[in-house]
Amino acid sequence: MLGHLRFENITRRFGSFTAVDRVSLEIEKGEVFSLLGPSGCGKTTLLRMAAGFDVPDEGRIFLDGVDITRLPPDQRPVNTVFQSYALFPHLSIRENIAFGPKLSKRPAAKIRSEVDRMLDLVDLAAHADKKPTQLSGGQKQRVAIARALVNKPKVLLLDEPLAALDLKLRQRLLVELDAIHDEVGITFIYVTHDQGEAMSISDRIAVMNKGVVEQIGKPPEIYEAPRTSFVAAFIGDTNFFEGKITSCIDARFSKCAIEGIGEIIIDNDKPTILGDLVHLSLRPEKIIVSRGMPELRTNENSVPGLIEDIIYFGSHTRLWVRCSGWRICVETQHRTYQLDQAPLKWGDTVYLLWHANDGYLLEQYREEDESLLTLPDEE
Amino acid sequence: MKPRKPELLATAPSFLWLAVFVFVPVAIIFAIAFRPALPAGGIGEGWSLDAIRSLKDPIYISLLFRTVIISFVTTALCIALALPVAWYLAKLPPTWRSRILMLIIIPFWTNFVIRVFAWQQILHAEGIIANALRFIGILGESDRLLGNNVAVIIVSVYTYLPFAILPIFAAAEKFDFALLDAARDLGAKPFRAFRSVFLPGIRQGLVTAILIVFIPMLGSYVIPDMVGGTDSQMLGSKIAQRNFNDRNLPQAAALSCALTLLVLAPMLLRRKEKAA
Repeated sequence: MLGHLRFENITRRFGSFTAVDRVSLEIEKGEVFSLLGPSGCGKTTLLRMAAGFDVPDEGRIFLDGVDITRLPPDQRPVNTVFQSYALFPHLSIRENIAFGPKLSKRPAAKIRSEVDRMLDLVDLAAHADKKPTQLSGGQKQRVAIARALVNKPKVLLLDEPLAALDLKLRQRLLVELDAIHDEVGITFIYVTHDQGEAMSISDRIAVMNKGVVEQIGKPPEIYEAPRTSFVAAFIGDTNFFEGKITSCIDARFSKCAIEGIGEIIIDNDKPTILGDLVHLSLRPEKIIVSRGMPELRTNENSVPGLIEDIIYFGSHTRLWVRCSGWRICVETQHRTYQLDQAPLKWGDTVYLLWHANDGYLLEQYREEDESLLTLPDEE
Repeated sequence: MKPRKPELLATAPSFLWLAVFVFVPVAIIFAIAFRPALPAGGIGEGWSLDAIRSLKDPIYISLLFRTVIISFVTTALCIALALPVAWYLAKLPPTWRSRILMLIIIPFWTNFVIRVFAWQQILHAEGIIANALRFIGILGESDRLLGNNVAVIIVSVYTYLPFAILPIFAAAEKFDFALLDAARDLGAKPFRAFRSVFLPGIRQGLVTAILIVFIPMLGSYVIPDMVGGTDSQMLGSKIAQRNFNDRNLPQAAALSCALTLLVLAPMLLRRKEKAA
């Protein structure tokens, strides 16, 4: 069975710039699928091609097996929620929502009842006769969703729908959006540059960079098992290490020499050969900090270092620890059992401890992706 | 709320300006309309309704009718041409936009009468267009391009088109073109999206453009005089004729009053609409 919505080898160029480069995706019926990436990565271009506002230079798009590549937007069973909402300013909320149904020439009574149902779904019945300018950002967003859903599309396309809202409202609407998805059960394609939004709402995520899909997977896969340095650095924060495989311990674990740190044990989640240059991603929250030299259990690593920077975040604290040539980002929780310890200070010597399982070997490493990491300025 | 003293003081200069240059002259013209005319020309003593009564003359009625028709057709053509121009201008990148706006404005640097005179040459019976049309057989041997209503409308459209483009462009520039995407997305065909979303979106500019073309057209007299014929006289030409040739100032004043009231009607309509 072929996918519900399928992008097949899509390429789109603007002059000499390739916005989307041979992208293939299969999106299943009823799932929330996110296109996640920084601005200019091609995610919006891909969405516009799904909506019919843009046509790929190469490749085809299928919806339920039908080629819709060149179908104009008004003939696609697909609706869009725009980033700027794009509500019609001269029409009331009710008229905005009724815009699509009226074009489909359904009987007036039926249109009215459908619009009422949508107003209830997004909880805006009390504002039905207001103009869009009289609504708050969150309310406008809900009108935009209702206006799209009333047409009963097979796929709802959401283009950065929460980007213009503040953090608290964004989190609330995300929950509402999830509830709406549960109720209508259609396919959502969600374009965002916010990894938090993508992680919390999606069934699957496609991480895009420079017109290419770097990885497709469920949120935990993307976070825990990033395929490339871009995915590791763009989603959450991480530490990159470069080393050489020096010896094999068993089928799963190897030893890897890192310049200035020495030999550490790594998990061979990718096939490696003795002498290979490998790149490792190690998430800050996987590392444990201690003042004394920790006792190592099997397949654990420990490295001494000097605290160079401390940033307090409330729920956790971030430390940047200097280990010879490396600056390692560490996230520590404030647990009550640590209260008897004196708080960590700049210049303290600490030991970093992590299990070989917590490091993840990258398939593809690019030095430029290091710029995505949050690092305090070097002195 | 009662206006405070400083506000009154601040508006005083503009009120004074309006009084001296608008209200007083209009009042004088209204007064002259109720004066008798002297046979030798000029304004007589006392009061008379002769000039007002003369407005019933069927010549004036048909003149008024023609004036409104020519003004209406010119306005409609101007809007029809200005809409696509303003649309594409608004979508152009800013550097090209200002270049083309410049091209639209440049003709104003040449005197209006000279430009109309140039059209006389263009549409002349032995002019390049007439000869070309005759050559391909569209124009008969005795047909003329000059001296008829069509010539008046062509030259009027040429003259007033920039006045229609500018306000529509100003509105289109502020229009959010994503709204058209939204309309298409919701199932509207391109023209439907244009009609249901673009036109309401630039409504203010559209209304301004209509007024700014229609009102001066009602009073136009240079164009019908220079490129029109005997059967394309407009109200403005008649006022000029009564004033300069016949020296029948009361009758010219009466015609002017009728025209002023005609112009005021759409203005008042617009105000009523704005208040609503």
